[in-house]
Amino acid sequence: MTAVADGPVTAFEDNDLKPVGFGRMLRKEDPRLIRGRGRFVDDVQLNGMLHLAILRAPMAHARIVSIDTSAASAHPKVKLVVTGAMLAEQGMAWMPTLSNDVQAVLATDKVRFQGQEVAFVVAEDRYSARDALELIDVEYEMLAPVIDARTALDPSAPVIRDDLEGKTDNHCFDWQTGDAAATEAVFASADVVVSQDIVYPRVHPAPMETCGAVADYDAVEGKLTLWSTSQAPHAHRTLYAIVAGLPEHKIRVISPDIGGGFGNKVPIYPGYVHAIVGSLLTGKPVKWMEDRSENLTSTGFARDYIMRGEIAATKDGKILAIRTHVLADHGAFNGTATPVKFPAGFFGVFTGSYDIKAAFAKMTAVYTNKAPGGVAYACSFRITEAVYLVERIVDCLAQELAMDPVELRIKNFIRPEQFPYTSKTGWTYDSGNYERTLREALRIAGYDELRKEQVERRARGELMGIGVACFTEAVGAGPRKDMDILGLGMADGCELRIHPTGKAVVRLSVQSQGQGHETTFAQIVAEEIGIPPADIEVVHGDTDQTPFGLGTYGSRSTPVSGAAAALVARKVRDKARLIASGMLEVSVADLEWVKGSFHVKGDPTKSVTIADIAFRAYGAGDLPEGLEGGLEAQICYNPENLTYPNGAYICVVDVDPGTAQVTVRRFIAVDDCGTRINPMIIEGQVHGGLTDGVGMALMEIIAFDEMGNCLGGSLMDYLIPTALEVPDWETGFTVTPSPHHPIGAKGIGESATVGSPPAIVNAVIDALKPYGVRHADMPLTPSRVWDAMQGHPTPPI
Amino acid sequence: MTVNDAEVTREIEGRLLLVHFLRDHLGLTGTHWGCDTSNCGTCVVWMDGEPVKSCTVLAAMAGGHEVRTVEGLEQDGQLDPVQQGFMQCHGLQCGFCTPGMLMTARALLDRNPNPTEQEIREAISGQICRCTGYATIVRSVQWAAAEEAGTRTTIPAEGA
Ligand code: FES
Ligand code: FES
Repeated sequence: MTAVADGPVTAFEDNDLKPVGFGRMLRKEDPRLIRGRGRFVDDVQLNGMLHLAILRAPMAHARIVSIDTSAASAHPKVKLVVTGAMLAEQGMAWMPTLSNDVQAVLATDKVRFQGQEVAFVVAEDRYSARDALELIDVEYEMLAPVIDARTALDPSAPVIRDDLEGKTDNHCFDWQTGDAAATEAVFASADVVVSQDIVYPRVHPAPMETCGAVADYDAVEGKLTLWSTSQAPHAHRTLYAIVAGLPEHKIRVISPDIGGGFGNKVPIYPGYVHAIVGSLLTGKPVKWMEDRSENLTSTGFARDYIMRGEIAATKDGKILAIRTHVLADHGAFNGTATPVKFPAGFFGVFTGSYDIKAAFAKMTAVYTNKAPGGVAYACSFRITEAVYLVERIVDCLAQELAMDPVELRIKNFIRPEQFPYTSKTGWTYDSGNYERTLREALRIAGYDELRKEQVERRARGELMGIGVACFTEAVGAGPRKDMDILGLGMADGCELRIHPTGKAVVRLSVQSQGQGHETTFAQIVAEEIGIPPADIEVVHGDTDQTPFGLGTYGSRSTPVSGAAAALVARKVRDKARLIASGMLEVSVADLEWVKGSFHVKGDPTKSVTIADIAFRAYGAGDLPEGLEGGLEAQICYNPENLTYPNGAYICVVDVDPGTAQVTVRRFIAVDDCGTRINPMIIEGQVHGGLTDGVGMALMEIIAFDEMGNCLGGSLMDYLIPTALEVPDWETGFTVTPSPHHPIGAKGIGESATVGSPPAIVNAVIDALKPYGVRHADMPLTPSRVWDAMQGHPTPPI
Repeated sequence: MTVNDAEVTREIEGRLLLVHFLRDHLGLTGTHWGCDTSNCGTCVVWMDGEPVKSCTVLAAMAGGHEVRTVEGLEQDGQLDPVQQGFMQCHGLQCGFCTPGMLMTARALLDRNPNPTEQEIREAISGQICRCTGYATIVRSVQWAAAEEAGTRTTIPAEGA
């Protein structure tokens, strides 16, 4: 920690006791979690509950010839075996994805990726359900798989999606943004053009808790209760109503404590639907909990963008234009969880933090025989890919111009007075002061000293690298005029009720997977209404108890729901003011609000607290003319714009010249997320994202062999950083509030995941300068770094 | 076996894993399960005072031994200092890895009351946390170590 970071870390500040406000506050969710008394989906135990296990395809592409379930059905502990053919009879073999494609609930005709759901078994216990899977006999006819996205559109490539009417190729969609002609004109006359192929490989969010559900259908009430690992319980409920034809008010989705999400728990997976079908058919509660290999091989992956970046500049380093072509691998079904009008997510912000003349991006997305997904792992709807592209290509330009990467960036930043700034691809950045943020990072890092040290070390033959990345995010989806998911606008509801004794309950539409909503949202309401956070109960994650909203992903909780919480509290305060004017017998204009109470202007002795007002609102005695009793309000907040948090990251690495092993020695992260509600929680969000960055940059990859066998299907093969691979993080911050957010806050949950991979890769490439390396693709494992040092960058996967 | 000091006897299948015995049979759901390959450490409990991955121990093998889980860390209504440390230093986010981390941390401090940062990192290196980035976990353990050191010096003072 440094002087500008979040304060002493060993001191205990219990501002639970403070009446109000933002600041470091210990989390309200921790007392149960540190006692082992959290309630996760797998902790749900119901009377008579059965267990579900899924039979999955062992190969990537094959036709199903026959399935024999007789031996499994005969198992004494098995209650139900279901195949795709059985679901097809009910018209339930296919379901819509969040991108308006369809996905098989159970395969009927073909299997299209290794790990695809082929049948499921419901049995009396976990182990028997698994045993019975072994008894199902499936005959497959092997088909050639399409694994490399680069060959997916070859005329000879087998057609994966022959389930779609008239489909004769593996094309998924095309997308473009910016001005092709204007960009070409700038490129044609530029002094310097640099172009680089850059792959952002397929990775996986792999939250520590895998996905799962417990479905409990009560036939008498006609009501389905579903505990599930969902980041978006309301959106899921609406989709279940549409798919399963159950009335929406008879579905209750509960997301209890969730063991990490990172976008992995946004889509609806076939397993959730299986649990529902299992409960409907058996009349018993049914639990499905996937194992780790199922999680890694079949649920939402992230990235898989094959990019060519091009940058045009003047000789003295003024960036003029950026252009990119992307080949996007979407797997076997387009299961991307993204606003409908944004099939490439928010990749359009690939112009980054720079003020340039022209930009253009063109994308082709294809189907391959791999698991579906794409938008996950804290990517802010593909901003990870965009930021990696721009921050890598800017470094390539710096190398070409022999310019310091810091100097090049500062020269091209959007300047503070240019905000709100509309980018060449049409995004309106709300606020920022990029140079100030970067200078803070340079100060903490001691950048000039580091460069000196690097010179000395190089002279000794040591490989030290310093990498810089400056990012701008666009989070808080989103304005409903532009953004919806399957027709559901991306607004969020919030309800606040002050009880007669002045305690409160606030009900959110978003859902926490570790972000600490029970704390942060209590603080937001506390700040506005003037009662201690300890007196505010936060209810979330249960569709029967909370207003409608689209859930937590894409760093949207604080930008959207946080705004809703502040505004609903202001609405309550407005009503409280009217009641106070009656109680104090003065006009509203003569009242002054001082956190927690109204008093008569000029006479602070005449005052009433929120608790006094609440008691009057529900109690005996008259209220001002025309005012209803009660002290509560609700709101549905539609954000007018996204928020644009930014940051400047500096990474210092050492590369062992003998083994090519990369060690992250230091990492300095300075973030600007506007107004800071709970600095402790913000710091935690940043730390987690930085660790993801080390994972992606150096270790993590979901690769496949040529037959489509997943090579990252367990935690032995899919390497996630432990405490030994990451340094002690150095964080700092600047504060540039969002002008349109009621409390000036921006999202922070994904900033570090977005910003850290390019900083680390830039550092490694900088370390390899003596070898003349300009680029190497992630993950920078020792073998890839070694290859790069030998002048043969490993062909990207 | 004894679990958190209580004698437990059950008729079980030979292949039942300790993690499932604790969770499904005894309802001690504080111990979690997160992988198939003994890599994640969300399942760490103690057997005879030593941290073990309960997904890698057959319940039958724990017969006759003393098992302690996160539910057994709190003593007489008093949180263990490592539990307090995790709260104080934001050593948890989603809380899924936390029970395993707490058990390892407690065992570490019992062996080594004043560990260095590197020793703490090594102690928890068989466990994965996807949320915190580990620095706050390290600080949490350091907080507990300092708290315990502090307690040792203040007890005589209070007693005097
Ligand atoms: S469950 Fe992962 S190590 Fe035990
Ligand atoms: S707190 Fe979520 S995995 Fe550690």
